Amino acid sequence: MSKVKVARKSTRIDMTAMSDVTVLLLTFFMLTSTFVKKEPVQVTTPGSVSEIKIPETNILSILIDTKGKVFMSMDKQSDMVNTLDSVGSHYGVTFTEQEKKKFKLSATFGIPIKSMKAYLALKPDEQDKVLANYGIPTDSLDNQFKVWVQKARAINPAFRIAIKADQNTPYKVIKDVMSSLQDLRENRYNLITSLKNETANKK
Amino acid sequence: MAEIQSNDGGGKKKKGGSKQKKISVFVDFTPMVDMNMLLITFFMLCTSLSKPQTMEINMPSNDKKITEKDRDAVKASQAITLVLGGGDSIFYYTGQPNYKDYNSLKLSSYKADGIRDFLLKRNAEAVNKINDLKQKKLQLKITQEQFTKEVSEIKGGKGTPVVIIKAADRATYKNLIDALDEMQICNIGKYVIDKITPGENFLIKNFQTKGGLSQNAPK
Repeated sequence: MSKVKVARKSTRIDMTAMSDVTVLLLTFFMLTSTFVKKEPVQVTTPGSVSEIKIPETNILSILIDTKGKVFMSMDKQSDMVNTLDSVGSHYGVTFTEQEKKKFKLSATFGIPIKSMKAYLALKPDEQDKVLANYGIPTDSLDNQFKVWVQKARAINPAFRIAIKADQNTPYKVIKDVMSSLQDLRENRYNLITSLKNETANKK
Repeated sequence: MAEIQSNDGGGKKKKGGSKQKKISVFVDFTPMVDMNMLLITFFMLCTSLSKPQTMEINMPSNDKKITEKDRDAVKASQAITLVLGGGDSIFYYTGQPNYKDYNSLKLSSYKADGIRDFLLKRNAEAVNKINDLKQKKLQLKITQEQFTKEVSEIKGGKGTPVVIIKAADRATYKNLIDALDEMQICNIGKYVIDKITPGENFLIKNFQTKGGLSQNAPK
């Protein structure tokens, strides 16, 4: 009886090529992408044909959700702390170093200044939960939003204001924000939109 | 590929004496690939690829000190007022509003055959010029700078319509953006977002009731 010889095949797969590809992909993602900022509310921006890209630095972005809650964020942490300081002194609230440190770490803020201290005392995960229920007051009696913008402008004159609002936001809310900005003589700003394919629309 | 073979003598002849071993250095890249895949997944989930688009907008100043004299009065023949109503409706009227006649307000739509059609017709001259320029640019007859300069000249030229956008409180932000978009598509250089007046609200109501309110029209 002759033994049936089974040819031994090596099951080793050469992973070098695969590794090459993944490294390339990784490099691509690292270079082209920007990190998503944590936002307290989900916002779907309306589509537009505008192709201007938003600059990366010196942005004071104003986030408006469908119910009209207003949040703000800045891209420089040092500016955030300075703004908090001057807004606090405007309303007679002083913040400790620790509170400032905590404030610096939050990506987006939107808390009435009176509740700010209590908010900053919370743990980060609790902060995220309650933030969505707040929002900077914009009504004409207590327009804290105006003060925030004014102080931020005083600290960094190079700021560009970008408004990011949900597409279903009633115009009434946008009008309030826009007229607050107009009162501050902030007449140039950007509206953030997402890209809409116009050629598909024409057909 | 990831194998380095050190092989003496081509492996053809084997001498009986000192036999040198074939040394094969094979680097296993599998963990490397694993790690890279993890990193890629992380980047894909935690980052946004496209930067958001933006629209630049200049608003008129709210300053009370600016008197009527300082403002550029718009010729009634050039003025088009878009009124954005609730429920994705859009109305327009040209020149001065006529409160007596409910038909002076026209209902339009955000679709291509709606307001865009109307604006393109009104702005036909400028649109044609800009289209010519675009052709020239495609044929590389003019540079980008020349193109932008001439386009802005045409947009600001005499006789081009001035569009006033007024949004009612019930209109959505999307409506506003859509209206601004139409300005860009129709190459309208002069447009402004203004506050809605009671007169315009009346016009909409009068339109919806088909002139039922005409007798108590404001003067």
